[in-house]
Amino acid sequence: MTKQLAFIVVFLVTVGIFIYTVSRLVSYFRLTQAAFPVKDIAQRIKVTFTVAFGQTKIFRRPVIGLMHAFVFWGFCMISFGTIEIVLDGLLGLDKSLQGLGWLYVVISGSGDIFSWIIGVFITAFLIRRLFLHIRRFEGIGMKHISHLDANIALVLIGLLMVTLVGMNAASAELQRLSPGRAAGYYPFSSCLSGLFSGAGDQQINNWYEVFWWLHILIIFLFINVLPYSKHFHVFMSIPNVFLSRLDPPGKLPNMEQVTREVKLMLNPDTAFASSSSEPIIARFGVKDIEDVSWKNYLDSLACTECGRCTSVCPANITGKKLSPRKIIMDVRARMKEKGPGMVKQGKEFSDNRSLLRDYITEEELWACTTCNACAQECPININHPTLIVDMRRYLVMEEASAPGLLKVTFNNIENNGAPWQYSPEDRLNWARDLEMNVN
Amino acid sequence: METIRIDVPVMAVISARGEKPDYLYWVGCAGAFDDRYKKVVRAFVKILTYLKTSYAVLGKEESCTGDPARRAGNEMLFQMMALQNIELFNKYNVTRILTTCPHCYNIIKNEYPDLGGSYEVINYTEFLAEKITDGSLKIGNPLPTKQQARVTFHDPCYLGRANGQYDDPRAVLGALPCELVEMHRNKSFALCCGAGGAQMFKEAEPGNKEVFIERTEDALKTEATIIATACPFCMTMLTDGLKYKNKEEEIKNYDIAELVVQALQI
Ligand code: SF4
Ligand code: SF4
Repeated sequence: MTKQLAFIVVFLVTVGIFIYTVSRLVSYFRLTQAAFPVKDIAQRIKVTFTVAFGQTKIFRRPVIGLMHAFVFWGFCMISFGTIEIVLDGLLGLDKSLQGLGWLYVVISGSGDIFSWIIGVFITAFLIRRLFLHIRRFEGIGMKHISHLDANIALVLIGLLMVTLVGMNAASAELQRLSPGRAAGYYPFSSCLSGLFSGAGDQQINNWYEVFWWLHILIIFLFINVLPYSKHFHVFMSIPNVFLSRLDPPGKLPNMEQVTREVKLMLNPDTAFASSSSEPIIARFGVKDIEDVSWKNYLDSLACTECGRCTSVCPANITGKKLSPRKIIMDVRARMKEKGPGMVKQGKEFSDNRSLLRDYITEEELWACTTCNACAQECPININHPTLIVDMRRYLVMEEASAPGLLKVTFNNIENNGAPWQYSPEDRLNWARDLEMNVN
Repeated sequence: METIRIDVPVMAVISARGEKPDYLYWVGCAGAFDDRYKKVVRAFVKILTYLKTSYAVLGKEESCTGDPARRAGNEMLFQMMALQNIELFNKYNVTRILTTCPHCYNIIKNEYPDLGGSYEVINYTEFLAEKITDGSLKIGNPLPTKQQARVTFHDPCYLGRANGQYDDPRAVLGALPCELVEMHRNKSFALCCGAGGAQMFKEAEPGNKEVFIERTEDALKTEATIIATACPFCMTMLTDGLKYKNKEEEIKNYDIAELVVQALQI
């Protein structure tokens, strides 16, 4: 009974903090702009199954990809066990899902096997981060805190697995001592049951309780640490994949407000046809955090800072300042900085800083070739080039700022209908004196 | 063997006669003005003539699709160009458009529909692959004794990643008397040539290397004798890369259309 009460209190505190965090995030989302409408649910489900559950994009790096996939699938299986722990705690039961029969054998057995696999792989990931020099974990935007964040999350996951193994080993020993007593199947952890040899039922039970509490407390801690960590991707990547942009990667979104203006320019008669009720757009393109779309912000919360995008970016590979990962991380950091002020004082709130320039420089933006390698590589379908172009849109349309040669190009297009300075009259010169052989 | 003259059909003329060609061939600015790439357009027109395809070009009426403007952030200018082009297409009742430039292909196919211009857009690699499959384009090996060329193909970003077209260009190259070798970064892993997103028209930002050199090195590692490209900007970049590496004598950069013309000996 005391255990049940204590658990309910801890559980409510955890949920309470979590709800607070989520409500803050929701208020930040309210500051963002519209993106695409979420349609084509069938296709979205398909994408979620291939990219998220199937881990297809992670496998673009086969070895580390397979390790990650096992950790991901393991987390999925172990989460059933977590549900059981929460139920047990709330209802004051023990192994509340055991009534599921063979399914329970599958859940407990796979959970046990995966706890070992995850434990081993997470240790490998941690060693890799601590001792090996991995180029994509370095570079612009990756500060000391980014590494610390990653390592803390890995340690927490490691502890989760150790405590789970402890629980399972105790369960296995209890089963051995008095068959029928504890349900479940623990093929791997049962080899550790020898550690309890000589201990009595009660003692083993105590150990079980210790591991049980440690495990669930770390989970509760983890849940509330995640939203402030890069490992938020544990929660966010599946929704982020479900909400992927489904357009062909090469397609840039159209700016409707520009279409209205251009149509007016080309055909002034339509001026009266356009309704005046259309909302006035504050700004063309993206200058600061209130200009990004909800999808950009969601991307930034889901980003795992894995650096796969940056590692394939032609600009980054050749030493330019641009790093697509940094662009995404900057969105998250800027919202964290400016969001609270805007929530309190409204969108007019200004701290005399902006995403553009204080976080992302023009030099970074102008280095992008829109090659889509970054978006192709991102395991959770984050789209960087559209955001980069949105920031260029702000620079060009609001500030008339662009590298000199691009301004010349714009002039040429406007005046001669070609990016180079040639006369439209010469457009067919290529076809002169054209001959071919016929056999 | 005899030679014939090709008079490239122009839309305004054809339509004044009350005829409508099956395809509008969109030449693109590079096709019209880039001296090297003009040869590619000429090659493709030879193939069209060889296949007796009914087509026409817009000639002096054609203008920029607006791709560099849009990708450089000048949405206003892009939409002006796009709406004018769409008006032109509609004037001629265009339904099917052939392209050689992947940037033109991508923008007309994927982005013009948002502005009310929906057409069936076919890139020449798709077109050629289909003609090979249906048997109308037969490329035998005209000189069986000639040593096979070793060809590596550089995927243009706007054909590959942007539109998922990895197989058609390879299918065309596969039908040629050549050996196809892949670079270690190929298909969806391919490295950009460095020219997309309006980079073609500006100086590169400061860095420690040019993107086109990095990519040329990929190609050189394959020990290919021919680098095949399928985009005017990739061609400029990789040809420059070969020059930079002093390899322009031993290794040539051709567009897929040119290789087809060479094999057909037309
Ligand atoms: S689209 Fe831009 S940011 Fe992304 S990989 Fe290519 S150059 Fe880098
Ligand atoms: S944007 Fe995607 S690929 Fe890049 S660091 Fe974030 S999760 Fe990794």
